[in-house]
This record gives sequence, C-alpha cells and structure tokens, in this order.
Amino acid sequence: MNESVHNRRKLVSKIMTTVTAACAIFAVSILLIILAYITIRGAASINWEFITSVPKPALDGGGGIGNAILGSAIMTVLASLIGLPIGIGAGVYLAEFGDNWFGSLVRFVSDTLIGVPSIIVGIFIYTLLVLPMGGASGFAGSVALSIIMIPIVARTTEEMIRLVPKSMREGALALGAPQWRVTWNIVMPAALSGIATGAILAIARISGETAPLLFTALNSRFFNYYIDEPMSSLTVQIYNFATGPFPNEQQMAWAASLILVGLILIINILVRILTRKKF
Amino acid sequence: MASKIKVTDLDFYYGDFKALHDITLDIPEREVMAFIGPSGCGKSTFLRTFNRMNDTIPIARVDGNILIDGKDINSPKTDVVALRRKVGMVFQKSNPFPKSIFENVAYGIRINRMHSSKSDLEDKVEKALRDAALWEEVQDRLNTSALGLSGGQQQRLCIARALAVQPEVILMDEPASALDPIATQKIEELVVELKKDYTIVIVTHNMQQAGRVSDKTAFFMLGKLIEVNPTDKMFTNPDEKLTEDYITGRFG
Repeated sequence: MNESVHNRRKLVSKIMTTVTAACAIFAVSILLIILAYITIRGAASINWEFITSVPKPALDGGGGIGNAILGSAIMTVLASLIGLPIGIGAGVYLAEFGDNWFGSLVRFVSDTLIGVPSIIVGIFIYTLLVLPMGGASGFAGSVALSIIMIPIVARTTEEMIRLVPKSMREGALALGAPQWRVTWNIVMPAALSGIATGAILAIARISGETAPLLFTALNSRFFNYYIDEPMSSLTVQIYNFATGPFPNEQQMAWAASLILVGLILIINILVRILTRKKF
Repeated sequence: MASKIKVTDLDFYYGDFKALHDITLDIPEREVMAFIGPSGCGKSTFLRTFNRMNDTIPIARVDGNILIDGKDINSPKTDVVALRRKVGMVFQKSNPFPKSIFENVAYGIRINRMHSSKSDLEDKVEKALRDAALWEEVQDRLNTSALGLSGGQQQRLCIARALAVQPEVILMDEPASALDPIATQKIEELVVELKKDYTIVIVTHNMQQAGRVSDKTAFFMLGKLIEVNPTDKMFTNPDEKLTEDYITGRFG
C-alpha cells in the first residue's frame, strides 16, 4: 500500500510540474512570438531615412517617423521633469512622514490612480488643459504622461525608502543629524538604486502610452520643437498608420512598433543593470 | 564624584503600557555604569531616554526628570540635536552607513560643522579612528566601503563615528552582543580606555562583561530599578535578594 501511495504522489508531482511548466512556456512564448512577428514585419522597412524624415503623403511611399521619435523623446523628458520630482517627493513624504490619516489617503488615491485606465487621464487633461489652451499641444501630452508617472514613482520610492533599515536612521539621528539631513544624505542614497529603478520603469511605461496622447498631444506631420503645438509621438503615429487604409503606412506602423519595442527593451535592460549593483 | 546624569522619579509609557516605574538614579561623571537585567526589563528603553531616541516612537511618553549637567533634557527649550551631539550612542547591531569608512566617521563632523578645513577634517577622522582602536586596521583603505569590514570592526567604526563629534556621554546598547569573544574583548578594553574622558552607560546581558568594565551596576527588573551599587559589591554581596538570584542564575 505504501508503495502505491508513493507512486501516486510521484505521479501528481510530475503532472503539476508539467502543467506549471507549460503555463510558463506559454507566457514566454507569447512575448517571443510578438517580438518575432514585429521584427519580421518591421525590420525590412527600417533604414536611415525612416528614422530621420517626416511622413510623406500616404500614396507617395517613403518618408519616416523621425518627427514621432523626436516628439516621443521631448514629451517623455518633459513628463519626467514634471513627474519624477513630484513622485519622488511624494514617496519620501509617504515613507518618512506618512504614518497618519493623510498618508493613508495619499496611498489609497495613488493606488487607485495606478489602476485608472490611461484614457481617463487623457480626457481629464483634455478638459483641464487642451480646451482652455485652445488646442492640443505637446505640453498637454507631457502633463498627461506625468500624471500616469506620479503614483507609480511615489509608491516605488516609498517602498524603497521603507527598505532602509531603521537602525541606519537611528545611527544618524544619534549623531545629532536633523531629520531632513537623515532623509537627504543617509536614507535617500541608501535607497537610490531602488528609486532609480522605479523611475526608469515609470519612464518605460509612459513611453508606451497611446491613449493619454490621443486627445492631448494629437499628432503632427512635421518636426516640431514647440511644446505649445500638437506633437507627434511613436505610439499615436503607430495608431494612425495602422488604422489607415494604405498598405505602405501599415508597413510603416510595423517598423515603428519595432523601434518602440526596441526602445522599451533597452530601458528595461538598463533597469536590470542598475538593480544588479546593490550596496 | 559629581553626577553627570541625574534621574528623578522617571516613568515611561509606550501608549498605555508603563515600561519604567519611578526610577531615580545618579550616573557619575567619567565612570562606566552597567545596566543589567532580564530581557524586556526596560534597560534599553531607559538608556534611550538619555538622548531622547524614544522621540522617534510616536506613542512613547516620559514623565519625571532627567538632568544632564543640571539641565532638564525633556524641557521644551532643549535642542535635541545639541543633546544628541553631547550624548552619543552605539547600538546593539552595528549600523555603519553605506558609505566609505572615512565618510562614516566624517558624517557627524560634517553635519555639525566641526571642521575648519579639509585637513582638519582628516585629522579629526584619524583621531576618532585611533581612539576607537581601529586606525591601524583601516588606514590603508579609508575610501573603501564600511560594509566590507568585519562585524567587530564595524562596531568599532560606529564607536569612532560617535567619538568624532566629541560627545561627553556615550550610551552603549549591548555593543558586543553580536560579536565573537576576541572582538568583544577589544570593545571591552576600549570601554575601559574611554572612561578616562567620557561618561559611559552600557547595557549588557553578559554579567562577566558588566563585572569587567563597569564601576557601578544597576539591576532592573520589570521596569523597576531594583538595586544600584558599586560593581564589586553588586557581584559579591548585593543588598537585594532579587539581585542575588539573578546574578547567580536562579532566573533570567
């Protein structure tokens, strides 16, 4: 009898291992298939002209997405300039001074905001900025992106700061360091690599957002350095190309997708490298 | 001997829980006083009232008087930052900052702006490291991470860091409890050396350690101060039956 129980146990264990392994393989292969498919469809169209020039009228052929790359870069940088300081500041507050009702409120609102579909953020900014300013602009797009960043950065910053051991703070306090100095030159440096990781993940997240830009930054067919005018972005450009009727534009959507995925992949690899060297 | 710290009728609460009961105690200048007693008896809590480290615990509340050099440290006029500079602390678990050895010692000097120049800073760091008997071991690698030091070295680094701001009192919360016997011996020798210049209060679970390093010993139980006496007397002929039972290992 013991023998049979033993055999049954081994069999169940084998089945479970196989099932979970199959799930894992499925999850990874989906990603690989997407990557492979985008590469196959897009790689052929990527050349110097494609990444440096503006789109041409649909049926002319040629042209590129240089303005979209530039627009995405400008808006991501601007969104980071707004979102990172506010997000990190809020995270520091939550971790260091947030053990009260206000902290709980901020935490709850942040968590809710993280779960809000990004198109809602777009509509919100449309009402708040686009309508009063009389038109779509790169600035409005950046603000929408920064709103998506802030709660993510705030919560990861808080988590990272909370990981800094209490004993380290006490050590600094015991030397006569005021609270702000303890936070600024002991706790923050100790949590830096974690905070940077959160920041970069948030940047990766917003650089892939489409919905909040659809009615805020809109799109533009030209190189545009002015943030008070509509601005092109990779994601919106892909959306426009892909939903249009012209085969050559659909082809460009594949190529632009490949570039976008490549950029996000690079950012994620950067995160890996950053997190590896911990003190 | 003049008393450095004078505690009168001290009660201490964590919320509703009364952790210290009506403690009255004088700690003499330039001597070592050891706090002994079973775990949870309030020794560490009591120690942490001297530099107001308990301020970081929101529900903590203190009643009664603590005078250091005749000044009430719990008065609203007391500058906690200045108090903590004067009353340094070494913790049970060594807690060097994730910085270089040099920067660890320099930190307190920098934040209190105690140096006139870069070379003055270097001199002060060297002196603190020498006083903590660590200089010989680290002088060649001052710019390497403090976290690369051994446990005993890290603890002596923490002592150097505390000494660097030139305190008058040093509080030690079981400073050797996580160290091996050789590192412990080094810390103990250091304590004896340091009492020439500093008033030292040391919490310890190690009775032999209290016997070796302290001039006076205070025995605590369940938040009450049971007995305080010169260490020699305490370990040979204590006044209280409870003290004798504890020291001879009947409980605790």
